[in-house]
Amino acid sequence: MPATLRAVLRGLESALSSPPEEELRVRFAMRYVAPTSIEEAVSVLDGAVAAQVYAGATDFIPQLRMGRPEPGVAVDLKRIDRLTDLRREGNTWVIGAATPSARLAEEDDLVAELPGLVEAAGLIGSDQIQSRASLGGNLCNASPAADSVPAMVVNDGRAVIAGPGGMRTIPVASVVTGPGTTSLASGEFLVELVFDRPPPQTADAYLRFIPRTEMDIAVVGAGARLTLDEAGRCQEVSVALGAVAPTVVMVPAAEDILVGHTLTDDALKRVAAEASAVCNPIDDKRGTKAYRRQVAGVLAVRALKLAADRAARTGS
Amino acid sequence: MTVTATPTTDSQPGYKWVGTRPVRHDGLDKVTGRARYGADLNLPGMLIGAVLRSPHAHARILSIDTSAAQAMEGVKAVVTGADFPMLESGGEGSGEEYYDPRDLCRNVMARDKVLYEGHALAAVAATSRREALAALAAIEVDYDVLPHVLDVSEAMAPDAPILHDDLITEGVDPIPDEPSNVASRYVIDRGDIEKGFAEADVIVEREFVTQPVHQGYIEPHAVVADVGEDGKATVFCSSQGHFMVRSHTAELLGWEPSRVKVIPAEIGGGFGGKTTVYVEPVAARLSQKAGRPVKIVMTRDEVFRATGPTSGSKIRLKVGATRDGRLTAVEGSMAYQAGAFKGSPVSLGCMCAFAPYAIENVLLEGLDVVVNMPKVAAYRAPGAPMASFASETLLDEVAEQLGIDPLELRLRNAAEEGVRSVYGPVYKRIGFKETVEAVRDHPQYSTELGPNQGRGVASGFWFNFGGSSSATVHINEDGSASVLTGSPDIGGSRASMALMAAEELGIDVYDITPIVSDTESVGYTEVTGGSRVTHATGMAVIDACRKVVTDLRARAAKVWDVDVEEVEWVDGRAQHVSGDRAPMTTRDLAAGAAGTGGPITASAAVNARGAGVAFSTQVCDVEVDPETGAVTILRYMTAQDAGRAIHPSYVEGQMQGGVAQGIGWALNEEYIFDTGGTMENPGFLDYRMPVASDLPMIDTVIVEVPNPGHPYGVRGVGEVGIVPPMAAVANAIHDATGLRMSELPMSPVKVLEAIGANGG
Amino acid sequence: MSRTHVTCTINGDPAEFLCEEDQTLLDTLRDVVGLMGVKEGCATGDCGACSVILNGRLNCSCLVFAPEAEGATIETVEGMAGPDGLHPLQETFLEGAALQCGICTPGFLVAGKALLDRNPDPTEEEVRYAVAGNLCRCTGYDKIVRSILDAADRMGEAAPAS
Ligand SMILES: Cc1cc2nc3c(=O)[nH]c(=O)nc-3n(C[C@H](O)[C@H](O)[C@H](O)COP(=O)(O)OP(=O)(O)OC[C@H]3O[C@@H](n4cnc5c(N)ncnc54)[C@H](O)[C@@H]3O)c2cc1C
Ligand code: FES
Ligand code: FES
Repeated sequence: MPATLRAVLRGLESALSSPPEEELRVRFAMRYVAPTSIEEAVSVLDGAVAAQVYAGATDFIPQLRMGRPEPGVAVDLKRIDRLTDLRREGNTWVIGAATPSARLAEEDDLVAELPGLVEAAGLIGSDQIQSRASLGGNLCNASPAADSVPAMVVNDGRAVIAGPGGMRTIPVASVVTGPGTTSLASGEFLVELVFDRPPPQTADAYLRFIPRTEMDIAVVGAGARLTLDEAGRCQEVSVALGAVAPTVVMVPAAEDILVGHTLTDDALKRVAAEASAVCNPIDDKRGTKAYRRQVAGVLAVRALKLAADRAARTGS
Repeated sequence: MTVTATPTTDSQPGYKWVGTRPVRHDGLDKVTGRARYGADLNLPGMLIGAVLRSPHAHARILSIDTSAAQAMEGVKAVVTGADFPMLESGGEGSGEEYYDPRDLCRNVMARDKVLYEGHALAAVAATSRREALAALAAIEVDYDVLPHVLDVSEAMAPDAPILHDDLITEGVDPIPDEPSNVASRYVIDRGDIEKGFAEADVIVEREFVTQPVHQGYIEPHAVVADVGEDGKATVFCSSQGHFMVRSHTAELLGWEPSRVKVIPAEIGGGFGGKTTVYVEPVAARLSQKAGRPVKIVMTRDEVFRATGPTSGSKIRLKVGATRDGRLTAVEGSMAYQAGAFKGSPVSLGCMCAFAPYAIENVLLEGLDVVVNMPKVAAYRAPGAPMASFASETLLDEVAEQLGIDPLELRLRNAAEEGVRSVYGPVYKRIGFKETVEAVRDHPQYSTELGPNQGRGVASGFWFNFGGSSSATVHINEDGSASVLTGSPDIGGSRASMALMAAEELGIDVYDITPIVSDTESVGYTEVTGGSRVTHATGMAVIDACRKVVTDLRARAAKVWDVDVEEVEWVDGRAQHVSGDRAPMTTRDLAAGAAGTGGPITASAAVNARGAGVAFSTQVCDVEVDPETGAVTILRYMTAQDAGRAIHPSYVEGQMQGGVAQGIGWALNEEYIFDTGGTMENPGFLDYRMPVASDLPMIDTVIVEVPNPGHPYGVRGVGEVGIVPPMAAVANAIHDATGLRMSELPMSPVKVLEAIGANGG
Repeated sequence: MSRTHVTCTINGDPAEFLCEEDQTLLDTLRDVVGLMGVKEGCATGDCGACSVILNGRLNCSCLVFAPEAEGATIETVEGMAGPDGLHPLQETFLEGAALQCGICTPGFLVAGKALLDRNPDPTEEEVRYAVAGNLCRCTGYDKIVRSILDAADRMGEAAPAS
């Protein structure tokens, strides 16, 4: 860590030790640091009390505006090359945790192989938001309604995490533990997200419901991924729902119902019922419990159909 | 930099400029970022002001301790309600300018009670925003939290929490001796309602519920106030009327109006919501105390919590009609939320709901009900949209039951010249029928619909206002003209003023400089609201131009040494009737002005009457997703009587803007409160105004049935466009699904519920 | 309070400014640099009035911390007109009456430019989605969308056929 940065943080820490937090916020505005390597970021976080990493700040800044207290230090992750990368590595896709969503849609091979993931990321906010919003931020903000998370989960995404203890990799599905909370330990941050490239006859899809056509937070989101055999029967099926429970919920029954079968209306009707049943939604300003349950079933089916169409088209 | 754009030349027969579409004069500044809006002024030594707002919907203020805030570094002034005089009731405004000083002063700074979440109760000025916010956090307020009420029915219940101990219902006999939340009762009672229903072959009756909605202007309220050593205040702010800001600010500070000068900033939208003051008097008092300029810019959150909105309502209406589709009687009751202080537009709702029709038997009651939310402010055709949602939905139902085309039903009952309106006066020439026919003849009305698609029509009425306006016209040395008015330009009114001046003076529209002058440079002018500017301010401009032309002719007569009667004004030149003298242009006459009597200038002032009423009829095509309840607007068309379109592009713009706001109101916009009375969606992400991808192109047909009360036939065009959309959308949803939606917004949740309840 | 020094390029010119570290780019552009054409409608990313092109991408300047601008290129509405006159979007907005109050106009112009820079021949639907992050309460979007399509046509005609 550069000496000046360390001095800043030390000054901040000694200040933090005495006055109560309220006063402190007034006298000491939030500091900004932009480490350029993972190691530097780890040591910044290790040294600083009340530091918060961020990527696009599309959640972070609105939350400050809504009255959340400023952290002592905001750690901008975007100057670390690996965090804003997007690459094919062997049989995987590796997406930097701070890579702006807009980049995903610009990578033609990624669009071809993981269209559902790309469309989920592409649904986050407007073009302006797309220039900033990251998968890492979407995941770590831990909103139940985050659009990319169901799509990451159905694709068995893995999260690479850096921290004082080094690097570790965990399933995306186990990052979020509840609304606004994650399993990341203090001083840890997300480095990248890793997805296996899909086998033949496999495709994903993500759909969400919002009252407008843009600029809304999902009332319900549904990600689906499936692999078809030559006869169009499902070999593998995965369905995940967003915004209908504190964290993303899977619909395991979809697998039981569909594996070995084609997507008949009858089977899909049963999947819809199961999807509605696994929901544990709330009533809020964006929708009611009953609405979320019902539409979860609708979207699960629509996402499955879309994924199946795509899988059929990918050929072998 | 010069404007490269060229105007199209589709002027009206008989006119050279009226009806053309020149590039607006203020356009260049607005597309290059140079135009100065309310928040765009910074002065040396300027302080930043911030307002402390109540976290409670209803509470008694036991104490406010500002001493800690006052002592903080960087804090230069602190004010509370105690710093403003207590005003008492009295004073009457007209139209959209109605206000009661007692309420206004308490709304701007709470006194003994806070009446809604977001109610201002103290303010500070400090050297930075950070310090100002810190100072707010250091103000200690002791509240006695009281039960609150938001729903009109609950507010009228016998055990309801009472907002004002001194509020006695007006308009009821006998006068009640107990206070209540019903501020007034308004009644329209005409003809014989029982006889009317007795004549009816069908009677339909329904109850409707609508939620409060915000004007949603993109520019938050912003002001810079600077009180000088001489005690005079200069206020720079965006508003719909800087004379209104002057008089309210002065009154609330206990000053004479002339102590305040208001410089109008460009205004980033108002729609009625900027026809009153919020932070202007506060900034002025802070500046006076601190001895430095003070800027206050509201956050979006404050705009939602403390300004606007318009009323939510509960409406019950009953309509009777004969088999052949003649409306025989309407009866009903409307209760509107006034917000924390009396003054909802419920009476206007009663007047407008059935105004397009000739109906003899009418009994309508309107109740103005105070509740614990922000005091409502005017919003585009105040009061009419919710009432017309109810009335126009019922008419659709009548048409359906009778098997008559809904437009035909409207034509059969259409009011026309000589008919007495539901609200009283006899109509002069009006263009309602023509708007209905325009929709009927438009290709959209016969476009084929697919599955899950439906079509709905609705009509609407708005009065339009006239009122006081002033204008001054100067002929410059180069023969060009400056036109000064006191009407802020929200949507292209400078261009309209210039067009009318060009028409009168006969010079090129680009040789006119239309200026919105400050309160010391032009005569008193009422707010830009009530669709009054092109009409009333336009009349002042025309009058002033005519005076100038008279003067120009006199100057020419002097030069030629002839009788003024022998001088004609043609195409911007003085001509002698004989034709044997070289005509003189404004430039020639201006050059010689010193010798003919000095500078050429004239002013005029009007209190315009005869603002012609406006009608709109609209058709909406929707598609409903039966599985999610989502409603997509496929096509939309609006026909409106503009009397005479001075600048058709901006007339179309008003029509389209009104429709878009109406669609938002119809589908998604609403104030959502939690159980404590706190607004849960005070931002654009969850207060869902339409975005570009939500809407189709909005087709417009401008109908021109000239208003006999204006020299060119102008009618106001700003407001009526927002009246029909809610019913048009509801009727289209009915056509698509068979469901009658009687609650706004018709959000996906509500539509899907209705489909479910219908066994869908 | 110590301030941070930022060096960047604004509308093609080298620029420097001092900012507080928690200040947004929007606030510094307006209050420090003096580019008042960048508007604030919400400060939370919802209205697009503060749109700028930052390092080639459309951004809400209210969602960017000012120190992030170190080394960046920033384009605002003030930089759209060149020595040869207005940008075609500015022309079509004026001719097409795409502004009423005009507070949203700078944001739409910048968003429109970002769109046409990457997609010179957009469909109506593409235009509508590309500016969905920009709220306009006055126009109902009709004339804005038409003006962006007109500008695309005009720029297409002006571009040498290839
Ligand atoms: C107008 C608007 C529209 C939006 N629409 C949508 C939408 O449609 N769908 C949707 O899902 N979301 C939406 N959002 C929310 C937001 O844009 C997304 O959640 C976005 O993906 C967040 O990414 P970011 O990089 O901006 O996160 P940031 O704001 O930078 O960070 C978000 C949170 O994650 C933490 N964090 C960020 N990166 C890391 C990391 N690498 N390791 C650990 N923690 C990290 C931060 O500390 C912070 O708490 C919208 C936001 C706005 C303002
Ligand atoms: S001010 Fe930045 S999006 Fe509204
Ligand atoms: S023109 Fe007023 S908000 Fe767009």
